[in-house]
Amino acid sequence: MSRTLPTTHAVVNGEPYPLDSPLPLTELVARLVPGSVVDGVPQGVAVAIDDAVVPRGAWDATTVGPGERVEVVTAVQGG
Amino acid sequence: MSGVLTIGGVELGSRLVMGTGGAPSLLALEDALVASGTELTTVAMRRVARQTSGGAAGDTSMWGLLERLGIRALPNTAGCFSVREAVLTAQLAREACGTDWVKLEVIADDVTLLPEPLGLVEAAEELVRDGFTVLPYCGDDPIVARRLEDVGCAAVMPLGAPIGSGLGILNPRNIEAIAAAASVPVILDAGIGTASDAALAMELGCDGVLLATAVTRAADPVRMARAMRLAVEAGHEAAGAGRIPRRERALASSSPEGRLDLAL
Repeated sequence: MSRTLPTTHAVVNGEPYPLDSPLPLTELVARLVPGSVVDGVPQGVAVAIDDAVVPRGAWDATTVGPGERVEVVTAVQGG
Repeated sequence: MSGVLTIGGVELGSRLVMGTGGAPSLLALEDALVASGTELTTVAMRRVARQTSGGAAGDTSMWGLLERLGIRALPNTAGCFSVREAVLTAQLAREACGTDWVKLEVIADDVTLLPEPLGLVEAAEELVRDGFTVLPYCGDDPIVARRLEDVGCAAVMPLGAPIGSGLGILNPRNIEAIAAAASVPVILDAGIGTASDAALAMELGCDGVLLATAVTRAADPVRMARAMRLAVEAGHEAAGAGRIPRRERALASSSPEGRLDLAL
């Protein structure tokens, strides 16, 4: 599923996300789900960038850049 | 409690594994989970809802619920139709839920919702290699169950009937064969409609039962959850007790000795 993106956007959970410059991952997730990152540690959420999981320990050192596809998921009712 | 269920070296005090899909609200779900006595409960992984307000983050309240009840989460890969999707979803679940347990689903199509056996075995093998404790949702084919065990799954979870159908156990002989041959726990997953189905699964030799819809969509979910807990315990006890052989003819249970000889 490839599509051409404006270079000022990332794709977050399938939707264009305006991005002027690389954004710290913790900042992005905190904006999406307030309260889900405490002291830099994700709570019940996980992230993949371009189909690769970002391990918890690597969040602090990770930024989201324009053109990247980000999935932010959590546990919901199911199964 | 009728014994414990040990999966991947972890002891669970209940042989009933609950799903959480279909509950009208988290509050109703909480009451049903408590009534079921379950210690292991499935969750699905989905994109976070955008722009949530308030402290609790969207559906992370599902996560909070299990934490509060002290129930171990069993993330699933529901909705995955390929090996790659299932593996990535399992890896995300490991990060989000802090567990390497996964209910592995590789579904063939969204009409039958039946497991796709080739992809399932492949994904299971890959996840086992990656350190996961894999509990695969599979068909009732004893050979597929054997392959899943061969690649290192911690349990096998054959279906009784299609997901959400409530048809019970369509092929009890296959379930019995899987349970007899397996050296890992066998958990009957999917198809349970009512308590007698759960009891039958245990009587056929299963080590546990996984169900969701039968409880969450029952008219009285809490009461049905309690029924399922009792049924699983009853079935397990009956299986351990050893049923009498089936006979073609009646067998008197009162001795004929000393009968009255009445001239009537």
